[in-house]
Amino acid sequence: MTDRDTLGRKEIAAWLELAADALQAARDALTELDAAIGDADHGFNMDRGFQKVRSLLPTLSQQDIGSMLKSVGMALIGSVGGAAGPLYGTGFLRAAAVTSGQQELSPEAVGSMLKAMLAGIVERGRATPGAKTMVDAMTPAVEAYDRAQTTGAGLCPALQAAVDAAEEGVRATIPMQATKGRASYLGERSIGHQDPGATSCALLLKALHSAVCRGRNA
Amino acid sequence: MKKLINSPNTFVRESLEGMARAHPDLVRVHFDPTFVYRADAPVLGKVALISGGGSGHEPMHGGFVGHGMLDAACPGEVFTSPTPDQMHEAAKAVHGGAGVLFLVKNYAGDVMNFEMATELAHAEGLQIASVLVDDDVAVKDSLYTQGRRGVGATVLVEKICGAAAQKGYDLARLTTLARRAALNGRSMGMALTSCTVPAKGSPTFELGEGEMEVGIGIHGEPGRQRMPLAPADSIADMLSQAILDDPAYTRTIREWDPSTAAWKEISLVSEPLRRGDRVVAFVNSMGGTPLAELYVLYRRLDEACAGSGIHIERTLIGPYITSLEMQGASLTLLRVDDEMLGLWDAPVKTPGLRWGI
Ligand SMILES: Nc1ncnc2c1ncn2[C@@H]1O[C@H](COP(=O)(O)OP(=O)(O)O)[C@@H](O)[C@H]1O
Ligand SMILES: [Mg+2]
Repeated sequence: MTDRDTLGRKEIAAWLELAADALQAARDALTELDAAIGDADHGFNMDRGFQKVRSLLPTLSQQDIGSMLKSVGMALIGSVGGAAGPLYGTGFLRAAAVTSGQQELSPEAVGSMLKAMLAGIVERGRATPGAKTMVDAMTPAVEAYDRAQTTGAGLCPALQAAVDAAEEGVRATIPMQATKGRASYLGERSIGHQDPGATSCALLLKALHSAVCRGRNA
Repeated sequence: MKKLINSPNTFVRESLEGMARAHPDLVRVHFDPTFVYRADAPVLGKVALISGGGSGHEPMHGGFVGHGMLDAACPGEVFTSPTPDQMHEAAKAVHGGAGVLFLVKNYAGDVMNFEMATELAHAEGLQIASVLVDDDVAVKDSLYTQGRRGVGATVLVEKICGAAAQKGYDLARLTTLARRAALNGRSMGMALTSCTVPAKGSPTFELGEGEMEVGIGIHGEPGRQRMPLAPADSIADMLSQAILDDPAYTRTIREWDPSTAAWKEISLVSEPLRRGDRVVAFVNSMGGTPLAELYVLYRRLDEACAGSGIHIERTLIGPYITSLEMQGASLTLLRVDDEMLGLWDAPVKTPGLRWGI
């Protein structure tokens, strides 16, 4: 662990490992959420994808951060399927593009990475905030991270702010009527249910925070 | 959960292995990535027609691979869109040098995965086009939803376009035909029960003895509305009226333009059915509803069409686009002209659909 306030390759690997753990643990819960307003597969899709990512981890240890994230994006695109595969896959590929060649990321660079990830998701799925999708967790997270950054907060407090905002974003999907994705077919019946993709998105951010900040006195 | 499976994890693969063994004269199955393809592929000089989607809808799509229909089909996990590498590898394996047409059902996941496959195939130098099927009239607007789902019309579009490709239509002409066929299809479905995704192990939703879901898709998901169960005639009336009374439907979709190698937005309109129109009528079982019940529905659909001055030229009755073991049915009317009707009648030889050969 460096004293400098950065995110290194080891922490990216830890993030992916913790994300795989979290999605495995949440598999059935995410699938139940998807059963209510979708087709009961989101937990399986995400778990399948991140177990694939987990299996790649040993081959990633010598790579720079951009290459690691690119491998993750490709693995997700090739294994998740459904809507979540291309969305998260494109998100990780865009994140890879802005971290290419990097061994460690400054807090600003982490902000750019998160922003690029959101841009990739939006570019692929063309959802705007309020459509009851993962964008509703990711957008406030990116904004909160940015706000914390500009007020001089360090990496961990900024990531904590992102996680808090994502989780609030997840709760905010409950009263929304879906206008994108499978849940949109339910019309008003989608109201009152938490969006599965927003939920998995918050889990990913939480895993990032844990990977970077456990053991650090934020 | 009671199912004839060994394990949820191996279900899709073992089912495909069985299909390959059952029909070695018609299809082969490739794994890693998974796709079903014509035993005689590539057919040189013919446009390759490729579709795909989640598993659990059998015989669609894998069962429609063969002479006069699809060149390849890419099955995902149960109810989960396939991944781009599947379509990309399938396209490379079956194209006969005359380009590839993707037939895509309008679901967020299918659309995005096929979009990525299109980009990959194009980068590889393949001539590629894609057409969206979105025929489910249960979805009223395209502004506040993902747009109409691709359901029953998919089967009819695959048959008509497969025949055209077999006849030697080039990519541009086939694409135009596919779009025209897709725009002329309308469907509406309902469920008496939910179904159980093997990996989940319990039904996707619960439906009481006296209830039904109306306006469902094909993924065991709840529909637009839950209603008290009604006699078959009332259900047939409700579904057929939704189709016959459906006004013009306009949507903006993103299509790959092979000439500029870029995505462009186009606006397409489905004109309503009108007195004097000729149609193919398709009564589909969601998997658990027996043929005899489908005929009860057809009897009434035939009356409704006659009453509206719609001429049913051909029929297709049976389980062709299913949701595992769900009980329920969907009705599809697809307006045809002489060209489409001739293509409908053309020989087809696939595991799931066969006539004239
Ligand atoms: N166009 C979109 N943009 C952003 N997110 C989307 C879009 N469509 C769907 N989603 C997200 O994907 C999640 C569903 O993922 P998943 O169940 O894996 O795919 P599918 O809907 O194909 O079954 C939804 O909960 C939603 O958050
Ligand atoms: Mg789903």
